[in-house]
Amino acid sequence: MKEKLLRAIDKNSKLSPADLSRMFGVTEEEIVTMIKELEDEKVICGYPTLINWEKVEQDERVTAIIEVKVTPQRGQGFDRIAERIYKFDEVADVYLISGNYDLVVILEGKSMREIANFVSDKLSPLEAVLSTSTNFVLKKYKEHGLPLVGEVKQDERMLVTP
Amino acid sequence: MRNPLSKKVVEIKPSGIRKFFDIVSEMKDAISLGVGEPDFDTPWHIREEGIYSLEKGKTFYTSNAGLKELKEEITKYLKRRCQLEYDPAQVLVTVGGSEAIDVGLRAMLDPGDEVLIPEPCYVSYLPCVTLADGVPVTIELKAENEFRLTKQELLDAITDKTKVLIMPFPNNPTGGIMERRDLEDIAEVIIEKDLFVISDEIYSELTYGQDHVSIASLPGMKERTIVINGFSKSYAMTGWRLGYACGPKEIIDQMVKIHQFAIMCAPTTSQYAAVEALRNGDDDVAAMREAYDQRRRYLVTRLNEIGMPCFEPKGAFYVFPCIKDFGMTSDEFATTLLKEQKVAVVPGTAFGDCGEGFLRISYAYSIENLKIALDRIEVFVKGLKK
Ligand SMILES: Cc1ncc(COP(=O)(O)O)c(C=O)c1O
Repeated sequence: MKEKLLRAIDKNSKLSPADLSRMFGVTEEEIVTMIKELEDEKVICGYPTLINWEKVEQDERVTAIIEVKVTPQRGQGFDRIAERIYKFDEVADVYLISGNYDLVVILEGKSMREIANFVSDKLSPLEAVLSTSTNFVLKKYKEHGLPLVGEVKQDERMLVTP
Repeated sequence: MRNPLSKKVVEIKPSGIRKFFDIVSEMKDAISLGVGEPDFDTPWHIREEGIYSLEKGKTFYTSNAGLKELKEEITKYLKRRCQLEYDPAQVLVTVGGSEAIDVGLRAMLDPGDEVLIPEPCYVSYLPCVTLADGVPVTIELKAENEFRLTKQELLDAITDKTKVLIMPFPNNPTGGIMERRDLEDIAEVIIEKDLFVISDEIYSELTYGQDHVSIASLPGMKERTIVINGFSKSYAMTGWRLGYACGPKEIIDQMVKIHQFAIMCAPTTSQYAAVEALRNGDDDVAAMREAYDQRRRYLVTRLNEIGMPCFEPKGAFYVFPCIKDFGMTSDEFATTLLKEQKVAVVPGTAFGDCGEGFLRISYAYSIENLKIALDRIEVFVKGLKK
């Protein structure tokens, strides 16, 4: 039930406790309690909205995907260095990955210059950072399982069918 | 000039759905809860396989009964999901479950043979029986039995002309299902009276809280049953027009003969896509089933809150609330609701006379759409109760 509830609100965080209670056949109080617990356990970490910023004209923003090679630190592996990086406000996402690099850092900045400055002034000088490779995002197609491009989908079914 | 038309065809009543469709189409910005097909797109990996088959130039007829790989996958699927064991030679791939119903009846009926049809039910059984020169005999299912077919109802309808029983479960429009013990009662009668069954199991993947049981899986029934299934509902593939029939080889062979002359073969692209659906589509089916289940509970709860009582449907994607308390016929209720609140639902009578007093509401819609529609229905019902 918890997993199913999470899947439902992962797709649509606007569902109210009243809706969810009808969808899952439990009381509204049970839903509220369950969600509170999931928030307390940091299973639910927040309720952001998926926005296609490219469509917001005043908003010039640039996204970069930065691959980072680091030396893990004794006793703390990659966690310590990852934390030093993810605490910066500009950093949207940080992942530890397998492959040629160790961390992927997704940065959001107002301009390419801002991102270049962040990499040269903040990221590269960190002692554990061995090298970085910065990839600027040119176009976003899909985020969080949802397409950002293409037309709004219409219901193309006939209105009444057997 | 002579009358160019067949009397038999002219006398078939046009579908009640059609009439309602025409009224709804006139209406601008109506919200419909009236469709009988999934709102989901066909999962991309299935579509992609269809596209790939086109790229590779797989654009020819397949063998009449269907692609060998597909027939094999169908037998594996039926074993995995319905405990049914068939040989690929006992499978006919058809143009939707619709064709399988038609061809099955034509292969089995001689003029005057009676076919029992439990109602309310899908609209094609009755005309298909007539077109096959059979005599349709309807059985009125009861709301108090949650629209199951009972042993007594079946016994009461059997005459010495009865040959075939159509088993339409999970049911469109009621959402009713038959559980194993219900089916055992029916199977007993079928065997004792030496009848055959055409079991339309097109909604077999859409049951909630329990797995679908095929009547063909009961002892002694496989040799008397044509199982009809397809891809339209379970994989959201209505437009691909693909279904199948499985049964005793001697019946399937005659069905293949009709299919061969009438259709040649089911669409090739769809058959390739369907192989992918059966090989790698179980997770998609499960995810859609869960979404339908949440909508089902949402709808049943809200309808009961609003004061439109309905039993809990355990299958398909329809709810069948009773509107007898409002002093209107199903047709009047649906038409007035459409006019006043612009919500389209289908009168129960479109699925047989005994659907009077009921509406078919489909939940093949997102929760957001259901919410808007139900808010409007609530306003409408409040108005009536004043
Ligand atoms: C009960 C039932 N059987 C058969 C069909 C036919 O489906 P298809 O021909 O798309 O497989 C439908 C479609 O609505 C149905 O509801």
